[in-house]
Amino acid sequence: MKILVAVKRVIDYNVKIRVKADHSDVDLTNVKMAMNPFCEIAVEEAVRLKEKGVATEVVAVTVGPKTAQEQLRTALALGADRAVHIETDERAESLAVAKLLAKVVEEEQPGLVILGKQAIDTDNNQTGQMLAALTGLPQGTFASEVAVDGDKVHVTREIDGGLQTIALTLPAIVTTDLRLNEPRYAKLPDIMKAKKKPLDVKTPADYGVEVASKVSLLKVESPAERKGGVKVASVDELIDKLKNEAKVL
Amino acid sequence: MSILVLADLHEGQLAGTTAHVVAAAQAIGGDIDVLVAGEEVQAAAESAAKLDAVSKVRVADNAVYAHQLAEPMGALLVELAGDYTHVLASASTTGKNVLPRLAALKDVSQLSDVLGVESADTFLRPIYAGNAIATVKSDDALKVITIRTTGFDAVGASGSAPIEAVDTVVENTQSSFVKEELAKSDRPELGGAKVVISGGRGMGNGENFKLLDGIADKLGAAIGASRAAVDAGFVPNDMQVGQTGKIVAPDLYIAVGISGAIQHLAGMKDSKVIVAINKDDEAPIFQVADYGLVGDLFEILPELESKL
Repeated sequence: MKILVAVKRVIDYNVKIRVKADHSDVDLTNVKMAMNPFCEIAVEEAVRLKEKGVATEVVAVTVGPKTAQEQLRTALALGADRAVHIETDERAESLAVAKLLAKVVEEEQPGLVILGKQAIDTDNNQTGQMLAALTGLPQGTFASEVAVDGDKVHVTREIDGGLQTIALTLPAIVTTDLRLNEPRYAKLPDIMKAKKKPLDVKTPADYGVEVASKVSLLKVESPAERKGGVKVASVDELIDKLKNEAKVL
Repeated sequence: MSILVLADLHEGQLAGTTAHVVAAAQAIGGDIDVLVAGEEVQAAAESAAKLDAVSKVRVADNAVYAHQLAEPMGALLVELAGDYTHVLASASTTGKNVLPRLAALKDVSQLSDVLGVESADTFLRPIYAGNAIATVKSDDALKVITIRTTGFDAVGASGSAPIEAVDTVVENTQSSFVKEELAKSDRPELGGAKVVISGGRGMGNGENFKLLDGIADKLGAAIGASRAAVDAGFVPNDMQVGQTGKIVAPDLYIAVGISGAIQHLAGMKDSKVIVAINKDDEAPIFQVADYGLVGDLFEILPELESKL
């Protein structure tokens, strides 16, 4: 079985973001970028399925600017066999990405597609579900456990009230939650080897997909700053403040 | 304008989040219908009919909609969406699971986690874990939106909207329900609680979370946790508050042994009053806390419980 895994280049999760002075967007100049943490978990899961003998090939795909090839090389260093880069400098939103991924699914015919449940920049949590809808494949979102069993996959999902397990026919789409696995670090020899692994470059036009969206970003602002308050010296003072000052007790 | 709100269910009953989504629909303006879909959901439909501002409740009661699996729910919404300009759901795990399917099949974008309404086509939503707020305008003919329920006060429940059955039945051969492990608790739901007390890595282990129980009982609070505490296996995932867990905005939030990573702050910084208890007086949580108490939580918690 072939596994397709989608990755996204995003701001590193440790970086504190700044809003541009003209409020047009978040300032990404000279900011450290990295693979989206949920995508790292997706790559790890795909590689583990290959190591277990469930999968035979892992193909990594991304949609983004030329620099996004760094994240594809990371995926290759972590164990993906080859990569597809759909290059665009436009702001590709979930729907456009899902349409492009649907074309790749049609071309590659994977048995399983694994994506992160959300990217930590736009926090949309949509692409996997949209891809499932467009390809007509079933979806197991927010996965904390994935077990392939014959022609089905059992996915345990993190839902609001606890955990839910569903069975899906293959091929299927899975999106990862944080506790699915703990991703490995790429080793130096693997990083070197990854440079020689095949990486195809395509454009959205190659797939006949329009990237422009009907949603426009009017402005971006910093949220209302929350000011730190006071330190209290004792439990008694805390209870007094909560009762008489904040009036929440 | 005509708006369809997909109701959230909790163990077959109407979840409290739905009243907040109806409030968001009210802010957009227009006729508001509520769709209750599931198996044996008559009681939930009757609760939905009482929500203020609802024009009618549509009920799709069929075994295929049991557990609100994504594939049949998406197909049902596609069938019904033609009657509406907006389709809304809460940004619950159900709303997030189902609504993008509707958007993709209707070839429109989805706006996720909307926390403010500027007009019928312009909305506010958080990006970068809530460290920036984006104003976005949608020119799509159908607006598909998930609502961050903490952004809207719930509507009242003094209405009496008519209930009508939806006969649409879709097929689902691709996905099936296997099992569910739901946390059982007598405490209020995290998302809707007026008071939340959360523990972090500083709690040390799962056993020590019992120190929060007595205080939670006295305050009628829900108990939450930071991602660090969940990842360490102290408590189950459904207790996680943060960017990728639950977003809460109670009147009082008490963070115990939580350092205050931005991913955690993203889930609770809209709380009205924040209390932090931590032994490290440099912990970032103190920068957002209204009241900070530096000290050993194992001494402070029992004292707090006895004095409340």
